[in-house]
Amino acid sequence: MNIYRKAEFLLNITRSQGIARRYFVVNGFDGALTMLGMILGFQLSASAPLSITINACLGAAIALGVSGVSSAYISELAERRHALLKLEEAMLEDLQESAHSEAARWVPMIIALVNGSAPLFISLVILSPLLLTHAGIVLPISPLFLAIILALIIVFLLGVFLGRIAGTSWLRSGLQTLFIAITTSVLIFLFTGY
Amino acid sequence: MVAVKRVVLDVLKPHQPNALEFCQALSAAVEGSTVRVTVIAVDEKTESLEVSVEATLIDFDLLQAVISKMGGALHSIDEVEAKNEPNT
Repeated sequence: MNIYRKAEFLLNITRSQGIARRYFVVNGFDGALTMLGMILGFQLSASAPLSITINACLGAAIALGVSGVSSAYISELAERRHALLKLEEAMLEDLQESAHSEAARWVPMIIALVNGSAPLFISLVILSPLLLTHAGIVLPISPLFLAIILALIIVFLLGVFLGRIAGTSWLRSGLQTLFIAITTSVLIFLFTGY
Repeated sequence: MVAVKRVVLDVLKPHQPNALEFCQALSAAVEGSTVRVTVIAVDEKTESLEVSVEATLIDFDLLQAVISKMGGALHSIDEVEAKNEPNT
C-alpha cells in the first residue's frame, strides 16, 4: 500500500477526511486574511523597504504554519486516543495491533500537516510577487498590489471549494468569502489608513 | 497434507472499515479465495459478522492476523471444512 492509499485508508477508518478538509479551509483562510492584512498595512504605511515587508510576512506565515501543526497535532492526538479507548471498550479487545491504533498515531500527524501547511503554502503563494521582485524579476505592476489581488483570488477560491463541498452555488460561496476579505480590507483601511 | 478448505467465522468489528473493505482485505490475503461477509447485527460502535472463506488452502493464522489488523475480534469458528490431500 503506497503512502497516499495508506493515508486515505487511515483517514477513512477514522472518518477524518472532513476534519482535514475543514482544517485546510479554516487555516488556509487564516493565512490568506493575515497576509492580506499585513500587505495592506504595509501598502497604507509610509513606503517600507521590500525586505522588511517580506521578512514580516514570512515571519507571520511561519508562525501560522507552526501554530497550525502544533495545535492540530496536540488536539487531534487527544481526540484519536479518546476515540480508540472508546472503541476498545465497545470491542472488549485490545486494538494496539490494529489499523485503528495505527490511525490514532498517524491521523493526528496527517491533520497537523494539513493544518500547518495550508496557511504556510497559501501565504507563500500570496507573497510570491514580493519574493520575485526581491529576486530581481521585474513585474508589470506593483508587487504589493499583485499580492493583494492574489490574496483576494485565493479567498474567492476557498469559497468556491466550500461551495462545491456543500453542493451549493460555487459562485455565491466564492462571493461570500470574497465579501469577508473585502470587509476586512475596508476595516484595515479605516483603522490604519489615516 | 490436511488443507483447510472452508471456514465460517463469527467476527466482531468496528463500523469502519466497512463490510466491503473488510471482505476485500480478507480476500486479498488468501490467494484464490472466495469470501462472503454477512452483517448479522449492528451496534452503536460495532457490528457482528458471519465471515465465510473458501479457498484451496486457507492459512488460518494469516486470516486471523488480517482480522486483527482491521480491528476485528474473532469470537468463534462456527464451521470448518478440511481435506486430506495426498502429497505430490
